[in-house]
Amino acid sequence: MKTNWFTSSGNWVLDRFPLTKLWNDHMAHYYAPKNFNFWYFFGSLALLVLVNQFVTGILLTMNYKPDAKLAFDSVEYIMRDVHWGWLIRYMHSTGASAFFIVIYLHMFRSLMYGSFKHPRELVWIFGMLLFVALMAEAFMGYLLPWGQMSYWGAQVIISLFSAIPVIGEELSLWVRGDYVVSDATLNRFFAFHVISVPLVLVMLVFLHIVALHEVGSNNPDGIDIKKYKNEKGIPLDGIPFHPYYTVKDIAGVGVFLIFFATIIFYMPEMGGYFLEHANFIPADPLKTPEHIAPVWYFTPFYAILRAIPDKFAGVIGMGGAIVVLFLLPWLDRNPVRSIRYRGGIYKKALLMFVISFLVLGYLGTQPATPSATIVARIFTAIYFGFFLLMPIYTRWEKTKPVPTRTTEHHSIDEQLPALLEEITELKPATSEIDHVVFRSSFFSRRPNPTGIRHVLTRFAKKLVESLD
Amino acid sequence: MINEGVDNSKRQFLTSALTVVGAVGTGFLAVPFLAQMQPSVKAMAAGAPVEVDISKMETGQMIRVAWRGKPVWILNRTPEVLETLKTLDSKLRDPQSLESMQPASSKNPGRSIKPEVFVAVGLCTHLGCSPTFRPEIAPSDLGEGWKGGFFCPCHGSWFDLAGRVFQGVPAPTNLEIPPYRYVSDTQLIIGEPEEGKNA
Repeated sequence: MKTNWFTSSGNWVLDRFPLTKLWNDHMAHYYAPKNFNFWYFFGSLALLVLVNQFVTGILLTMNYKPDAKLAFDSVEYIMRDVHWGWLIRYMHSTGASAFFIVIYLHMFRSLMYGSFKHPRELVWIFGMLLFVALMAEAFMGYLLPWGQMSYWGAQVIISLFSAIPVIGEELSLWVRGDYVVSDATLNRFFAFHVISVPLVLVMLVFLHIVALHEVGSNNPDGIDIKKYKNEKGIPLDGIPFHPYYTVKDIAGVGVFLIFFATIIFYMPEMGGYFLEHANFIPADPLKTPEHIAPVWYFTPFYAILRAIPDKFAGVIGMGGAIVVLFLLPWLDRNPVRSIRYRGGIYKKALLMFVISFLVLGYLGTQPATPSATIVARIFTAIYFGFFLLMPIYTRWEKTKPVPTRTTEHHSIDEQLPALLEEITELKPATSEIDHVVFRSSFFSRRPNPTGIRHVLTRFAKKLVESLD
Repeated sequence: MINEGVDNSKRQFLTSALTVVGAVGTGFLAVPFLAQMQPSVKAMAAGAPVEVDISKMETGQMIRVAWRGKPVWILNRTPEVLETLKTLDSKLRDPQSLESMQPASSKNPGRSIKPEVFVAVGLCTHLGCSPTFRPEIAPSDLGEGWKGGFFCPCHGSWFDLAGRVFQGVPAPTNLEIPPYRYVSDTQLIIGEPEEGKNA
């Protein structure tokens, strides 16, 4: 066969590098369960946001100055004078919040379908390390604009270290590199934010994916697809990641980008949640803003810190809220993975946990009034209760039989015609105009109150039943 | 690797010795790498004392100066304030300032050298926010119990006008008092202890 220059140079590479093997192992011959639902978009979306942060971040460093005298103005310079600088900066700042939205949903998926359980404990641990590294990255990045909230937020968080007995004061001094948050702190946070932590993130993403591909992906039924294979050794319920899930993920990317672009162009500050108002005032070491709150993704942990009326215990509580997540694979004693077949007690506990996380997140953005503190204490107890009581209540669970093969669920667009039929009724033919348009169901049918009532009661019953 | 006729104990010794030397070398190198993150010599030298002229301060007025990059407050307290301070002891965590940081010259109930002139580092001992100066009595947001003092907006700590912390708030100790001395009746130096006394 005649080979042209292009294929021969391709072969030259393939003789020296296992490109085909890598592609097959991780894409074309990596068999993922065929029943992934929309919760499985968030892993690839997290990767997309990571790439977005890298590209926009590198572009921002070209005009940003990590100097306490110049930093604030250089950010304003990017916003006003650099061509498209505003877009790049908003992509980066919105990307930070998007990262946490995607990651929180990704983690919730794991809680629902038991993806952290045997044999995926290490996938979960690498994921949790990624989460911690991401929080460090976001925290240090937030200091760089050198606004009031940057400054005092960093002051508070670095002071957390000083609560550690004996070495605390020295440690916080070492982290700051000065007696207060200053130019030295800004400069080193810049170094960590653009070099060290991104490197750690990339390495952890690599480990997370390698560990995942070793044990295989979990699925909404929480079953092991490797148990049933065909004569070629391919799981019967598996489909190759490429092209099936690459194409599916592109659809997810499309939807994500619609939301992402809407925020960037129409509400980049998100009413003070993504970029806080006080951060548009340059850092003033002599004056704390009237109300300081961290960015929304830290507020649940911040609320826990404030809820505990003791400096050291508060820091322990805040750290413990994250550490306890690492222990999840060993706290949950129930071998059933998916929430579809777990007992009502876990479903209710998970619901309570989600509510407590959201309430704590809200309280963390609000001033610490005495009544808010009491509410925060109650929900802090629920937060920790979910984890620490887990070894007990997961043993009482009455689980349902787990299927051996993946199950099929009817999608919404399949159910829609029957549902429309039920909530509407045929109109008596009153119109004199006989036109094709008027014969369409939109004109020939009208809402049926009893049908709607039936559907609603059935839906409510299902909702209540699904909690058992 | 040749495995025949080998003195394995020698090989093991060399492996261990090299590991130890490597670990010690890494340890030595870690010292400068970690120590470079300490405050630099310049940052340490920047803790130079600050001179403040208080001759133009009116009664009840507070001024802020920067010392070592930290806010330092100088408050000229009114006689009424000094009277109120004496009545608060039962509500305070450390009314005698036994566990708090201050030079010996300020270790008294009013926490100052001259009773009316109060000097303090304006950073909350909880997590380092700068509390707001709220001299008014019983404002609507702080309630009836407020007799004038400093309120930390970050985590809700209360201090009286001698920087003493109230009970039931997150801050563990009273506000820090920096070393300072009077050059003349109206001249202060912040950052230098009173002569003959240890800070």
